[in-house]
Amino acid sequence: MKSAIRKLLTIITEAALESVLVKDLQRLGVQGYTITDARGRGSRGARTAAWSESSNIRVEIVCDAAAAEAVAAHLRTRYYEDYAMILFVTDVAVLRSEKF
Amino acid sequence: MSPLDPVLLFFLLGLAAGLLRSELRLPAAVYELVSMLLLLSIGLKGGIELGKQPVGDVALHALAVMAMGALLPLIAFPVLRFAGRLRRADAASIAAHYGSVSVATYAVATAYFAGRQIVFEAHMPFLLVVLEIPAILVGILLARGFSRDLRIGALAHEVLLGKGIVLLVGGLLIGWASGPEGLTPMKPLFFDLFKGVLALFLLEMGLITAAQFGSLRQHGVFLVLFGIGMPLFSSAVGILLGYGLGLSLGGTTMLAIMAASASYIAVPAAMRISVPQANPTLSLAASLGVTFPFNVLVGIPLYHAMATSVFARIGG
Repeated sequence: MKSAIRKLLTIITEAALESVLVKDLQRLGVQGYTITDARGRGSRGARTAAWSESSNIRVEIVCDAAAAEAVAAHLRTRYYEDYAMILFVTDVAVLRSEKF
Repeated sequence: MSPLDPVLLFFLLGLAAGLLRSELRLPAAVYELVSMLLLLSIGLKGGIELGKQPVGDVALHALAVMAMGALLPLIAFPVLRFAGRLRRADAASIAAHYGSVSVATYAVATAYFAGRQIVFEAHMPFLLVVLEIPAILVGILLARGFSRDLRIGALAHEVLLGKGIVLLVGGLLIGWASGPEGLTPMKPLFFDLFKGVLALFLLEMGLITAAQFGSLRQHGVFLVLFGIGMPLFSSAVGILLGYGLGLSLGGTTMLAIMAASASYIAVPAAMRISVPQANPTLSLAASLGVTFPFNVLVGIPLYHAMATSVFARIGG
């Protein structure tokens, strides 16, 4: 089985940001992403997802290293200051390298 | 004193469960459904009657209510900024919450009115929609000034197509188009179940309110005082406006309740995007932790008594 290495960029942030974030990702040339509802606790307190204002989303993007870097840089400058947001990058193996 | 309405006992149950850290919670999808049902019920009920109202009156009332929605945050802002010594973004955001309206409080008020057979003007749900909007714009202007690029188009989309407004306006239109006979088959879901749905909703509201108490402890007395003082002031403005517009006693009381209530859905969402520097914990602690429980437990009967005494003195 031939596989290629790509980056998995995971963003966990406030659900309120979803619509603007999605626009940003499209503008930065991200081909696809997956969003799931999430809850947890961090430096900005508990995000229990009991209702819309306190819920989080988890955005996952598989892309090449350059795109991951671009998205991470954009999010860092644009959102880190004012919003509850973390992101991390891991290596993943994909089977169809042309897709990502 | 009449016993507390059972829906309020559900609110207190949620509050107590939250404070005692019970693991009780309404699944998010159920909460969504329950709030959709409330919004649609309120819209439909208003829509059925809307056709019977003279258009000129409704338009005049809508303009007056919009002016009130713009005025209230302008009064709240300097109080928050100077008496509360809050940062500009926080003061503007909280001011916007208090200029706008809480549909949950409105729903509790309709249950209170129904229990006492108090009638109010049928176009109140329309005024409810209208009152949601101006405070958001005023709040954003207070926070950011005119100078910077406001992206009015995106903002209008966010505000006007938010879930609350779409469902209220949609309900109004469907109710207006269908009339009472058309809606009879849906009556069991939207009207007969109203109080049961409201009870479930308030159970979750109690849990959400309890979650705000922690941040309230951190941010001190000022928010508590503001969270009670501001609705008292706003309700007086609402009563004067309702009386001035020639509304009935029920309508005037409802307008006072709407003026006194503070938003916790439409405004926080808009502020989070448009005024990101504002700390949402502060505004939600005030509007949900203080003003919502104050209004539903004490405010509604109090504003009713205030309006009644104004009408008795001036002879309404």
